[in-house]
Amino acid sequence: MFDQTPLRERLGPSGYTTSQFRDNFRLHVAAERVYDCLQCLQQACGFDMLIDLSAVDYLDYPGAKDRFGVIYALLNTRSGQRVYVKTAVNEPELRLPSAVSLWKGADWMEREVYDMFGIEFTGHPDLRRILLPDEFTGFPLRKDYPLRGRGERHNFPVITRAES
Amino acid sequence: MPFEVHDLAEADPSTKEYLWTLNFGPQHPATHTTLRLILTLDGETVVKAVPDIGFLHSGFEKLGEHLNFNQYVTIVDRMNYISPLANEIAWHHAVEKLLGIELTPRCRYLRTILAELMRLHDHLLNVGAAGLDLGAFTAFLYAFQQRELIYDIVEFASGQRFHTSYTRVGGLLYDVNDEWVGKVRSFVKGFGKTHDDIHKLLTRNRIFMERTKGIGVLSREQAINLSCTGPLARASGVVRDIRKDDPYLAYGDLDFRVICAQAGDCYARYLVRMEEMRESIKIIEQAVENIPSGPLNVDREGKAVLPGKSEVYRSIEGLIHHFELVMPNRGLPAPTDEVYAATESPNGELGFYIVADGTDRAYRARTRPPSFIHFAVFPHIIVGHQISDVVAILSSLNIIAAELDR
Repeated sequence: MFDQTPLRERLGPSGYTTSQFRDNFRLHVAAERVYDCLQCLQQACGFDMLIDLSAVDYLDYPGAKDRFGVIYALLNTRSGQRVYVKTAVNEPELRLPSAVSLWKGADWMEREVYDMFGIEFTGHPDLRRILLPDEFTGFPLRKDYPLRGRGERHNFPVITRAES
Repeated sequence: MPFEVHDLAEADPSTKEYLWTLNFGPQHPATHTTLRLILTLDGETVVKAVPDIGFLHSGFEKLGEHLNFNQYVTIVDRMNYISPLANEIAWHHAVEKLLGIELTPRCRYLRTILAELMRLHDHLLNVGAAGLDLGAFTAFLYAFQQRELIYDIVEFASGQRFHTSYTRVGGLLYDVNDEWVGKVRSFVKGFGKTHDDIHKLLTRNRIFMERTKGIGVLSREQAINLSCTGPLARASGVVRDIRKDDPYLAYGDLDFRVICAQAGDCYARYLVRMEEMRESIKIIEQAVENIPSGPLNVDREGKAVLPGKSEVYRSIEGLIHHFELVMPNRGLPAPTDEVYAATESPNGELGFYIVADGTDRAYRARTRPPSFIHFAVFPHIIVGHQISDVVAILSSLNIIAAELDR
């Protein structure tokens, strides 16, 4: 694995924990330290590309303590190494610092997480819904959002050709 | 009101009121699929572009939480429908990594051939459409003629031309026969000529070069900062290819090069795709001559693939095995953990982040869609170009809206 000395210096020895499953090496960081962690990984550890940013709703996941998990997948484009940074957010404070100042590529990915889960990213330049219409009120990828049934779509006004 | 020339001259440039807005799409032949751009123009120069997406959003990731690992492949198919099998292979690559299934050598080789056919499939359309959008229609027809042959090969193996749903956890739906191998061989033999023809039609074509050279330049730093992968990143000098970095399937055994360019413009992306096609043909040539014999699917101890019908009806073990897989409270033994696995799809890194909760369906099936991430690049590289360059850049990014919106 990569040299974790800069990360240990930045976050302190108890600032993060690690785990591994198959070849995925994961860092678990508290939500308030996640920006420091990402900045350190980008600037001191060479993980210069944000491959993916997504979230998971652990509402009824076996053994889960936190409601939402946010995962950052990073890639070192020189060595090809990957690392996965995981953090947890809970209601009512569904807020995380935005990574757009580190990676411009985070822009749309954070908008998608906001769109689907309602997690806000403070400092994001343009945090709007991206895939769903602006009038949409729910967060469809949350586990308490049903797969089918009468939803927001049925409340939209029906526009006939004569009115349009 | 009639338009007067002095209206423009009198407009105060400091207020920028002379800028006008153009809606590009959602239904426009050059977007190929349904996406909308709101362009702010200064004359013909694009000052600002705001993409508006989501027209094809159909909740694929939500469906992924309700279908089991084998069923979801039918949905994954419909993401990047230009290269459907590449999506299936990526999805089951992630599932097999989650379950810890090691594929048989025969399956690894067959999937490699199919993945490379899909790369040809995608690049042919992209190169052909790049010509089409810039007014060179012939190359498009040449490309589509070859795509038909690939459809035939895929149909011969899976029974479906388009949405094949051919892969299964731990194997493939059907095995292939010698006739299929013959079809692939003759395709490989004939492809070089078409490739040369497209090359002759476009690569030194003066109009094509003037419309693509220096257009939509993406620097190496930008490419890394904007999370670009695949041909887009390689055309900007980012030497990364998952087939080499983390060899999956049979790529470790085969000899091929990673194609890179430095310029980062539309022309470089075109050249990278053209050369990648040659490499794909090389890979298929090697793989098709070395398909190992032996079983296609992982064995019964792996308990992942449905047994054959003769086994189900004639042996008690086969019957139990079948029931173990299809009963709603049984199914594939998944761990309670999460994994990210990616493959080098024709368009870039196509990854799946699967969270499993011990049942046979994903608790969360996140797709890392290359189209989505590459389209975010568009507003950054269009600024300062002419409105006609919008088309050239869009086609060089290869945006597939079904994957963009999922």
